[in-house]
Amino acid sequence: MTPVQQELLIAALKVIVLFGFLMTLFSAMTYVERRLLAFMQFRLGPNRTGPFGILQPVADGIKLFFKEEVMPEGANRWIFLAAPAVAVVTAFLSIAVVPYGGPVRLFGRTISLQIADLDIGVLFILAISSLSVYAIVMAGWGANNKYTLIGGLRSSAQMFSYELSLGLSWVGVILLAGSFRLQDIVGAQAGDYGLVHWNFIWQFPAFLVYVVAATAEVNRTPFDLPEAETELVAGFHTEYSSMRFALLQMAEYVNMMTVSALGTNLFLGGWLAPLPSLQHVGGVDIGLAWFLIKMLSALFFFIWLRGTLPRFRYDQLMSFGWKVLVPIAVLNIVVTGGVVVALTRPGPARSPERRMNPEALSDPVSAKPTVRLAVAAGPGAQG
Amino acid sequence: VIDAVLFYAFAVLALGSALVVVGQRNPLYSAFALIVTLCSLSAIFGLLGSPFIAVLQVVVYAGAIMVLFLFVLMLLNVKQEEAAAPRGAALKGMALLLVAILVAQVGTVLSRGGREAAASFDASTRKVAQALFSVQYLYVFEATSILILAALVGAVALAKPSDAGRGQAKPGVASASSADEVAATPARGADRVAAIPLPPVGRGQGWGAR
Repeated sequence: MTPVQQELLIAALKVIVLFGFLMTLFSAMTYVERRLLAFMQFRLGPNRTGPFGILQPVADGIKLFFKEEVMPEGANRWIFLAAPAVAVVTAFLSIAVVPYGGPVRLFGRTISLQIADLDIGVLFILAISSLSVYAIVMAGWGANNKYTLIGGLRSSAQMFSYELSLGLSWVGVILLAGSFRLQDIVGAQAGDYGLVHWNFIWQFPAFLVYVVAATAEVNRTPFDLPEAETELVAGFHTEYSSMRFALLQMAEYVNMMTVSALGTNLFLGGWLAPLPSLQHVGGVDIGLAWFLIKMLSALFFFIWLRGTLPRFRYDQLMSFGWKVLVPIAVLNIVVTGGVVVALTRPGPARSPERRMNPEALSDPVSAKPTVRLAVAAGPGAQG
Repeated sequence: VIDAVLFYAFAVLALGSALVVVGQRNPLYSAFALIVTLCSLSAIFGLLGSPFIAVLQVVVYAGAIMVLFLFVLMLLNVKQEEAAAPRGAALKGMALLLVAILVAQVGTVLSRGGREAAASFDASTRKVAQALFSVQYLYVFEATSILILAALVGAVALAKPSDAGRGQAKPGVASASSADEVAATPARGADRVAAIPLPPVGRGQGWGAR
């Protein structure tokens, strides 16, 4: 096989493995969430199908496949049908750039444990998550139902508002790492003392903002206003049935996994062990296991929140997002920026290139003009 | 080869959806087509080696501005007004003039060997940042941010309801949404009871009798 074919094969394998993993995790989560919620509420939860009810996701899947698909009267056909597709595509697009581990040497090749290693990985996720609003807007408007319309409007206004604090909460981490690449951001959290170097300590306000904004971004309790059952039936997906409903649910869960994996990478040290001595067991790097432990704990946290907290009121939600989260995030950026500038003290001799990752510079085409431009702009830019 | 195929695919997609934007009478479809145009433009930027601009294109235009467009279209339900657009001769003349200017501009760029410039074109994230924050453009950049901030404050000041009795104003688009109208309508207990006439259930009727 030619190298190009090998690359394509590896990429295809990675896509298949990740997709299978996500689908398994999705069906497992629907079961675990119901059982855990039941446990927290002194109920039993689904326990009829199979031992402890673990076949419940299979039964649900079969049921959803064979249900009748209802098209509401007066619905806009194309928009109504396209909305679940948009939701799923955007959900999977954004999780494709999240890394699960550092580069691994396998069969004499270096393979990075992510589908696409983008230089601007974090920004890409922000862009795609801003596109995922459309799925909700389309679902809400296309169904020709006032409950879905209100649910869709609420949801998109909410995602719109919290996306801002979500993006701002990343900036401090990006400043510390000096890169948009998630691999570099995790790499910047490595150190001799393990846990102490992780960003959730050094960027604690940003971490709090991220947790709140991410919960709101994926429409989970206590921010599940879009599907507030008491007011809006089921929000934007009221009119969906059968597999299209399942697709919307799947998008929601995949988004949850994305924010969990992303938060793990940004704030919880990614695949790094809490103590450097625990990183290798028997000479094998078990970073992937650490990553999964952190990511699954984050997912458990979402379920725990749902079992614990009541729902926000809509105006409280909005004023909390704009008047509390955004100021905290901005303040955090200002302080972090000040500290970074004070500590690195960039003079003409120490240009930003020194803090940048070597990979970004290895590309000769992009590196050369950049250096020239930096020299040309030299004294004035530093002043 | 793959790059060329992708480029032409996205170029066709961008042009086709741009035509739909202009030709479609339903403003909502136009808005969706414009989103497709912006996304394929972003893909072309990515193919040209400037992922940063590609992402900005999506974040700013497709992700933020078009959502506002859709909000307005959906809330006002513009569907009814679609046919009422005046199409005067002056507008047509203006359109033709603009098309002529555009064709002249593109023709000039293409005829002056734009290929050379495109081959050595570099717009990596760092280069964009260094150009933007260099002495040349820093003041323009900051002035633009202040302008946008002023516009933001002005918009909030205009949209804020003046009467003090209506509670605090909510920032964001949702303050004018129908969700708010629903919330503003007081639910009167007496009305709700009167709206659902309950049939009197006497002894010997209903489920209890069996």
